[in-house]
Amino acid sequence: MTSSPALLELRGVRKSYGDGVATEVLHGIDLVLEPGELVALVGPSGSGKSTLLNLIGLLDRPSEGRIAIDGQAAEQLDDRTRTRLRGEKLGFIFQAHHLLPGLSVIENVMLPSAASRGGFHPSLRRPAMELLGAMGLGQWTDAWPRQLSGGMQQRVAVARALMNDPRLVLADEPTGNLDTETSDQVFALLREQNAAHGTAFLIVTHDHELARRCSRVVELVDGAVVYEGEPGGMKS
Amino acid sequence: MLALQLAWKFLREGRTQSLLIVAGVTIGIAAFVFVSAIIEGLQVNLLEQTLGSQAHITVEPEETPPRPLMRESGVAFARRIEPSEPRRRPFDQWQRAVRRVEATDGVVAVCPKVTGSGLAYRGAAEEAVEVVGADATRLRRIVDIPKNLVDGQYRLGGDEVVVGSSLAEKLGARVGDPIRVQSGDRESVLRIVGIFDIGSEMVNGRWLVTSLRNAQTLLGRVGDITEIDARVADVYEAERIAREVEAKTGVATESWMERNRDLLTGLRSQDASTTMIRVFVLLAVAMGIASVLSVSVVQRRGQIGILRAVGTSRAIVLGVFLWQGVFFGLVGAFLGTLVGAVAGEMIEASALFDISVTPRLWLTALGVSVATGVLAAYLPARRAARLDPAAAIRGDE
Repeated sequence: MTSSPALLELRGVRKSYGDGVATEVLHGIDLVLEPGELVALVGPSGSGKSTLLNLIGLLDRPSEGRIAIDGQAAEQLDDRTRTRLRGEKLGFIFQAHHLLPGLSVIENVMLPSAASRGGFHPSLRRPAMELLGAMGLGQWTDAWPRQLSGGMQQRVAVARALMNDPRLVLADEPTGNLDTETSDQVFALLREQNAAHGTAFLIVTHDHELARRCSRVVELVDGAVVYEGEPGGMKS
Repeated sequence: MLALQLAWKFLREGRTQSLLIVAGVTIGIAAFVFVSAIIEGLQVNLLEQTLGSQAHITVEPEETPPRPLMRESGVAFARRIEPSEPRRRPFDQWQRAVRRVEATDGVVAVCPKVTGSGLAYRGAAEEAVEVVGADATRLRRIVDIPKNLVDGQYRLGGDEVVVGSSLAEKLGARVGDPIRVQSGDRESVLRIVGIFDIGSEMVNGRWLVTSLRNAQTLLGRVGDITEIDARVADVYEAERIAREVEAKTGVATESWMERNRDLLTGLRSQDASTTMIRVFVLLAVAMGIASVLSVSVVQRRGQIGILRAVGTSRAIVLGVFLWQGVFFGLVGAFLGTLVGAVAGEMIEASALFDISVTPRLWLTALGVSVATGVLAAYLPARRAARLDPAAAIRGDE
């Protein structure tokens, strides 16, 4: 009996920056994520969390090591294939929500599907509206991002990340700019998606309360994993 | 499709910037169209004036050189040769030559002619004239006399003759008047049926146009012609075609370009300076587009990073900015042509020649404008497509 490959597998991943005397910011990271996991990536500022997230999100390439998504080694793929893989398997949520101001709310949500289908086809409106409805934004589909509050914009960003029904969502401080109440609402949406659809989440956060509500925690300090396991066992 | 949709949304979002650059491109293309229309109008006018009364190509046997008188012993009798009026050689087998000229690519009209000098008398008035004999239909395709008639009709049958307006004035003759024409010891009485003003004093003051047969009789060249005139489709191809005709007929052939070297040099200098003006205008347009799009790429780094993160390919990001260049080019061409045409109309009255935006000029402006837009957009677009998405999202340089 052969076991199915892990959703995400990192082996000995290193990342250095700078020419000549390079500075290594990640020192041989090993990490495995299974489908449906809700994992928090914690650590102090400068510990390499965002760098790791960019490598996993195929936005950057490791200096050394192996990254596999659904068993497919990604570190050597050409840009076109990485872009396609990113669009099909991954979703992104950024701290500053990063909606495109020239696109309406629904167009922002449709964007990942439009990228893979080659345009904003009318058929994309229905799933986008369903997602916005689930986020409690059904009345705001044709509004402009600037007309929404910060919390609402972040919910739009969550809907966008889920539009292509990704296997893994990478969230970089998704609640970092939000008040406690809105932060709870957004996290609840992520958990709901995780529980209902089995979408895996890797959430970078400084918020230890939020991390404790995840199924697993990976703690990064100075570019190395110092803890990996139940939230209760975190060092800091 | 996605690239075009995103380009339009970017343009709409930055509408102030978009409007400013469209205004810039419009002014540039308007200048391009205006300068081109003026120069084109001026050149067409100059060419019409020059070529309105002359053939594009003339096939004419070389003059017979004077021969020294020789004694039977072969020693020259006369030591000095006084030049007399050139005596043109008979045009051997001119009908065959006409057919060969007609069969040459680029030739659109051919007219065998006989010409020679003579004197016209009416009452006490006496004027030197150039007798021109030709078939009326063929001649009008070379020199459009009917279009330039000021009185009477264009007919060359029987004793009918059509004369230039200055010649008619100097002879004090009107339509219907007879005039006596003499060449050497031959003489004819012809009747004026039309008077023309072709815009050239040399022609208006000397030309006396009659049938080929009348002129042959009067000039003592019965059955013969002195030259074959031809008109070509592209006047600037005249010299090349003339060489081809010369090779085909074996008779000396001259194009208008040889006869009017100074004019041609002037036209070419004008073309060169117009081209320089156009290039500078287009460079300014290109720089305007490139600078606006470069700023746009910098301003939208984060957005480009997000586009890449959600699976948008480099090719689509490149396309987003190239389409913006196309848009600037298209709208600028449309509005610029309109403004250029209106400006041309406004000064046409004082320019004394036709200034019009021809379909060809419109298409040229469109092509040049869109090409400039795309080329100008290429560098900013390439920069956008090459952005490192992670760095762009972080907001790093």
